[in-house]
Amino acid sequence: MIEVRNLTKVYGQTLAVDNVSFTVPKGQIVGFLGPNGAGKSTTLKMLTCYLPPTSGGATINGFDIFHQSHEVRQNLGYLPENVPLYGEMKVRSYFDFRGRLRKMDRAERRKRIDYVVDRCWLTAMQTKSIGHLSKGYRQRVGLADALLHDPPVLILDEPTVGLDPAQIRETRKLIRELGGKHTVILSTHILPEVEAACDRAIVIALGRIVAQGSPDELRASRRLTARVLVEIRGPREPIAAALAKVAGVGQVEILNGAPTDGDLITIALSPQEGRDVREEAARTVLQNGWALREIRLERATLEEFFVQVTAQQAAGR
Amino acid sequence: MTRSITIARRELSSYFCSPIAYVVMAVFLLTCAFLFWDDFQPGQIAAMRNLFDWMVWMLVWTIPVISMGLLAQEWATGTIETLMTVPLNETDVVLGKFFGSFGFFAVLLAPTLLYVAVLKKFAVPGIDLGPILSGYLGILLVGALFISIGLFCSSLTKSQIVAAVACAAVLFVITIAPWWISGKIVSDFWVKVINQTVYKRYVDFSRGVIDTGNLVFFLASTGVFLFLTVKVLESRRWK
Repeated sequence: MIEVRNLTKVYGQTLAVDNVSFTVPKGQIVGFLGPNGAGKSTTLKMLTCYLPPTSGGATINGFDIFHQSHEVRQNLGYLPENVPLYGEMKVRSYFDFRGRLRKMDRAERRKRIDYVVDRCWLTAMQTKSIGHLSKGYRQRVGLADALLHDPPVLILDEPTVGLDPAQIRETRKLIRELGGKHTVILSTHILPEVEAACDRAIVIALGRIVAQGSPDELRASRRLTARVLVEIRGPREPIAAALAKVAGVGQVEILNGAPTDGDLITIALSPQEGRDVREEAARTVLQNGWALREIRLERATLEEFFVQVTAQQAAGR
Repeated sequence: MTRSITIARRELSSYFCSPIAYVVMAVFLLTCAFLFWDDFQPGQIAAMRNLFDWMVWMLVWTIPVISMGLLAQEWATGTIETLMTVPLNETDVVLGKFFGSFGFFAVLLAPTLLYVAVLKKFAVPGIDLGPILSGYLGILLVGALFISIGLFCSSLTKSQIVAAVACAAVLFVITIAPWWISGKIVSDFWVKVINQTVYKRYVDFSRGVIDTGNLVFFLASTGVFLFLTVKVLESRRWK
């Protein structure tokens, strides 16, 4: 559906996007993840034919971004970063304008406008001036515009930036629902977004792809082992010593042993790869007669992954 | 072409959402009224020479204000990105912007037709419509050229103020400056140069002379600036 081959963009002396290649199959939602200035927006602008690549190329729905730019633009809906809109226009007449630009006939325009207005929760805002809308509504107008002509491919540049938590949740839900029917690329620097809305993440730093895969695969690729957190009432050192002896436990770290709340301490156990030490650890604690308050597996977050790979990349340059 | 019309319609209607348009309209029409007052005196020839001669001077400041936002605002807000990611060409955008702005100019000019009606009613034995029509043709051609220059200036910057000042400077150089110099310099070369400028060529129209050379001059130079604007829009692809 989307095929990117060795895409490169050079601005003057700056290498903004460096030899990026990836493919997105039909119906998949892909999160384009990277710190600010990593080249996400530039890559997306090249895919939407707004900027030409310095070298390399891409096809969208089988159309080449360089030679068949009209067909490509027909096949995609684009939500640019910061959602540029004509402030003086009314919401509905803006959609009408966009529909006309896309050469949709009157009946089709009306049908699609009704649909996107409903889909993006804009019904109450149809006759309002865009300039008077809040950030959240502007974002929805932009999203509705991207959906207007029912494109097979959606390219959304930071679709949830500036929204409040409830709106972020709604928007992610909407994007989730769009997957399957539409192929979606969204860019973000917010990690939970990828976990919440995407099937797959492509991590980009300093213009290069540093990793790609599902959130689970990414975690696995870096051996970000899950830690086991144990909260126990009892003496610090003997507990640490006893837990260190549990089969499969690699490292033991006392997170807090402040004597404020009796002698309650929290210990983090880093298990050896592929081992689940929770049951054994619990048994050890109970056998020693200490009170076990909580034991849980702390999943490594993508955040850690992200910090690791991007730091590595920066160090490499 | 239909896309140009869509853009032109949007552009035209957006003028009426901005206070600047109404201010420009008010000042322009008020000044026109004073100028017409000199034409509309007992014993005067029933024509609009005075109004037409001065109108071109007014356009030197009016057109920059009308055209300053055409593309500068698109660059500043980023809406150009939403525009260019729809399947259309740079030419569609430039023509749409040009005709939208030209449409507003026509609306600006329309109320002055009232003066024609007034003259027709009160002039004895009647009026010669020829010079008036050619005068309107002339002012429309000058407007088209000025708007294309304004559009070009607007395509070069994100700042509407810069666009307006740059455009006004260019219009001053090709319109008012030659007139001003013409009284002071007598060398043949400069006289020839000055004869090629907007004011001299326009004056023929207000006298009722439609010269093919003048017609071609205005249309061709408008075309050149529109073409340059298309190139500026396309230039983001070479950067």
